[in-house]
Amino acid sequence: MGEAIVITSGKGGVGKTTTTANLGTALALQKKKVCLVDTDIGLRNLDVVMGLENRIIYDIVDVVNERCKTKQALITDKRFDCLHLLPAAQTSDKSEVTPEAVKAIVQELKQEYDYVVIDCPAGIEQGYKNAVAGADKAIVVTTPEKSSVRDADRIIGLLEQEDMESPKLVINRIRNHMMKNGDMLDVDEIVNVLSIDLLGIVIDDDAVIKASNSGEPVAMKPNSKASLAYRNIARRILGETVPLMKLDEERGVLAKVKKFFGMRT
Amino acid sequence: MAANVQKVMIKGTRDGLTLHLDDQCSFTSLLKELQNQLSMNGLTDEHPMIRVTIKLGNRYLNEEQKEKLTEVVREKQKLVVEKIESDVLTKKEALEWKENTEITPVAKTVRSGQLVEVKGDLLLIGDVNPGGQIKATGNIFVMGSLRGIAHAGFEGDTNAVIASSYMQPSQLRIADQLSRSPDYESEGVYMECGFIDESMEKIRIDRIQEVVKKRPHLVSFERRMING
Repeated sequence: MGEAIVITSGKGGVGKTTTTANLGTALALQKKKVCLVDTDIGLRNLDVVMGLENRIIYDIVDVVNERCKTKQALITDKRFDCLHLLPAAQTSDKSEVTPEAVKAIVQELKQEYDYVVIDCPAGIEQGYKNAVAGADKAIVVTTPEKSSVRDADRIIGLLEQEDMESPKLVINRIRNHMMKNGDMLDVDEIVNVLSIDLLGIVIDDDAVIKASNSGEPVAMKPNSKASLAYRNIARRILGETVPLMKLDEERGVLAKVKKFFGMRT
Repeated sequence: MAANVQKVMIKGTRDGLTLHLDDQCSFTSLLKELQNQLSMNGLTDEHPMIRVTIKLGNRYLNEEQKEKLTEVVREKQKLVVEKIESDVLTKKEALEWKENTEITPVAKTVRSGQLVEVKGDLLLIGDVNPGGQIKATGNIFVMGSLRGIAHAGFEGDTNAVIASSYMQPSQLRIADQLSRSPDYESEGVYMECGFIDESMEKIRIDRIQEVVKKRPHLVSFERRMING
């Protein structure tokens, strides 16, 4: 019996879908059986980010309305046999499914898979309730912006009322130079306010946008910073102790030489 | 037999007169006796006003009866009823009193969109995050960071205070007064306390140690008797 993890944030555009896609991929890289579930009915994206849009035949609404079996709606990833996707419907509405129905599907999937990763829509209404219903754990994604942290706080408050473990935090789209200058909230400040465990930090990386446009999760790229961050998060989920990534990046050989001589870069 | 016992006992104290009223006889006979007794005392016009405290013993009076009693005493020009004391409380009053004088401990982080509201004093063990709100009819003590909204004495107690280990509130409200954080980015302060400054009629923040001096009855039983 596996476990179900919901990826949520409250605010839109902070990287829930990207995080879901990359965590799923990173877990699959670790040879785990993973099923991604998109609950953003009406505004589905996860299939696009995974590059599986053209393979969709049935979706989650079809499963709920018993137009097909759960297995028939699952799409196998092009890269891994152990990674599957249950897509959301694009032509329906979030009120088409109930939390109970999603819970039943997640329960069924948990029998088969090690990890069921649920992508939650933005907001705290019906769609959020659907996504959270079947989850055992939650990961809250936030960016180092006040509005996003505020919404994350609200979501954490709601998650604490659910019957699940205390949620974990991922801080996404960190811009190192802005954080250094104090133009962005820094990691410690965010963790201090939200007072939940930090699962990982992800640097704002152009490769993420490029990868999502090409339908190839960035976690597949071996030497991008964001990729490493996602793979580290996956390892932490598996129970490994991985130190947080250092934010200070050295710019090329020259910087290293300068540092060696104790000069300011 | 009852006729032999004095129904009204008058005692003079430093603060004025105290009337001890018998609690065994009927209310009407008590009123009659009181009228008799008071008319016996002839006072000259030069006397200053005398404050009267009425002790009812184990007798419960409703508002209407209290009004009547006050009227009888007031008929004498020089007497002013200061307070009426009874050893008896209704259950409702007693429970309300208890509620308003208790300290309610709450251990949680009050997050954005959440509201914690208590009767009496609130002791919050945890933070109030921006967008979160806490309310109490009495004082508020936060053992953690106060970054949201706190409203002390929300039923009108202007003596209430708001103390916090770390103060960076978006708003402080005490009774009907309100103060908000400045528009520029500002650091919070440690171990401070907000209260209403009577001279300025505004909420001020000062070190906890200073506020304790200004509010000596902050948590004492006396304050509870007054506000209860």
